Amino acid sequence: MTWQQVVDDFKTWARVNSPWVVHFNTGSCNGCDIEILATLTPRYDLERFGVKLEGSPRHGDVLICTGPVTLQARDRLLRVYEQMPEPKFVIAVGSCAISGGVFQGCYNIIGHVDEVLPVDVYIPGCPPRPEAIIDGVVKLLGHLKDPAPQANIEEAN
Amino acid sequence: MNTVPERFVVPIGPQHPALKEPGHFEFTVDGEQVTAASVRLGYAHRGIEKATEGRNWVQNLYLLERICGICSHIHATAYCLGVEKLAGVTAPPRAQAIRVVVAELERIHSHLLWLGVAAHEAGFDTLFMYSWRDRETVMDILEALTGNRVNYSANLLGGVKFDMTPELQDMILKGLEFLEQRTHDYVAVVTTDATLLQRTRGVGVTSREQVEELGLIGPTARASGALRDLRVESPYAAYADFPIVPVTATEGDLEARFVVRLKELFESYRLIRLILEKLPEGELQARMPRKIKPAETISRVEAPRGELFYFIKSNGTDQPERIKVRTPTLCNLASVCILAVGSQLADVPMILAGVDPCFSCNDRAVSIHSTKLGEKQWTWAQLRQYGIDYYRR
Ligand code: SF4
Repeated sequence: MTWQQVVDDFKTWARVNSPWVVHFNTGSCNGCDIEILATLTPRYDLERFGVKLEGSPRHGDVLICTGPVTLQARDRLLRVYEQMPEPKFVIAVGSCAISGGVFQGCYNIIGHVDEVLPVDVYIPGCPPRPEAIIDGVVKLLGHLKDPAPQANIEEAN
Repeated sequence: MNTVPERFVVPIGPQHPALKEPGHFEFTVDGEQVTAASVRLGYAHRGIEKATEGRNWVQNLYLLERICGICSHIHATAYCLGVEKLAGVTAPPRAQAIRVVVAELERIHSHLLWLGVAAHEAGFDTLFMYSWRDRETVMDILEALTGNRVNYSANLLGGVKFDMTPELQDMILKGLEFLEQRTHDYVAVVTTDATLLQRTRGVGVTSREQVEELGLIGPTARASGALRDLRVESPYAAYADFPIVPVTATEGDLEARFVVRLKELFESYRLIRLILEKLPEGELQARMPRKIKPAETISRVEAPRGELFYFIKSNGTDQPERIKVRTPTLCNLASVCILAVGSQLADVPMILAGVDPCFSCNDRAVSIHSTKLGEKQWTWAQLRQYGIDYYRR
């Protein structure tokens, strides 16, 4: 094992055990955001996976996006994403972030988050239940630990 | 030597750890003192009002419900009451009573959510966690009733979607008992905890005159002694049969806002119990026509944050001609910029949280033009182009 490998392994270990998430609302109805907050509070307690909600994008590992991307929020979203250090991951929470949801066809939206950023995990629902959000985050962590392509859907079921 | 005092601008948002939603604020400070404040909205402007014109009456119910995830039921209620008025249909009394039950449950969830967020702004995270833990009780009730934790879709045009079974009633009563006892604790905390009081007592005082001047509504106005509550002033749905006793305070500071919102919870508990006891029997839905003849109407309801106003115009088809929504936060937000001037920078988040802001519902496009030029209608394509050009600048 080379020195570089040891350092990389250590970094992955640290990241998997304590990913810091940055939350950005790109124009959502708020429903997804309160569910994300509910996920962090005692009933669901996402912090037991080491997940911490971080205010500054410069310290974040994971960007959680909610809502369809509005024209005005687009530049900010890109800016927040650029400010995050590598490697970074994006989770799209809610039908709106995935497809535009009910807001499809509104004049001031660009559409879904992956038209603007590369998305790693999609969590569907309007809004997704906190359990679903936890599941999505845990899947992402599993992927970080073992970046080999995950088992396909049939196997997972 | 430079004699011009330097201005230092503190920008806050749109991505902000404490607020869940995007709003951009700029506070000019002199030392710790705020000397000017401005707000830039619009990050969550999606163009819902225009989108309603391309959907039919039923589809719009689900779109309008998603204007705001926190007060989704009250948006749907305002819309349903308005459309029912246009169509000349009245929802049956049982449906109206169930609407009120869900609306009051939503108020409980919204006020507890606010309590947590406001406590978090004050740096009192323990209270934040407690109140959000207890809020799960009411979320469970809402989920059992309607099948979803947020955006319940309890309303239908002409009625409601589900019935109140005895098991559900038991569950609600049990949940309320727990919440009532917890709310007593919260009232004790916000009125006696020394650290919290330092952040709330005498901070952000809004006088009765300012309420009139700025047109404040909802609990924010009631904390300053103005009785502004549509449930009392112009009862809708079942509030005429099940009246509420409005809660007001006179101090107008942040503490009063905490107390008013918490005391309103007791009113909600009482009202829900009363309605469950005397739930009218009967149908759940009245028949609605698919098309509605040309007419226009307004519909006003009391959302957790204040008065919510809908203007609805029909044109004889199955789609509305125009829907205009005025949400409470937009009315209250102006007070933040005024109260913030002259206060300490550290108090600003508390002042902001004090009006219980909710941005997703108040971001809108406004175009002002003279009536001399005649009427003007924007098409979807024009608005789209306008939006793209606006942000390119
Ligand atoms: S997915 Fe649903 S809850 Fe989430 S932002 Fe969109 S409309 Fe709101």
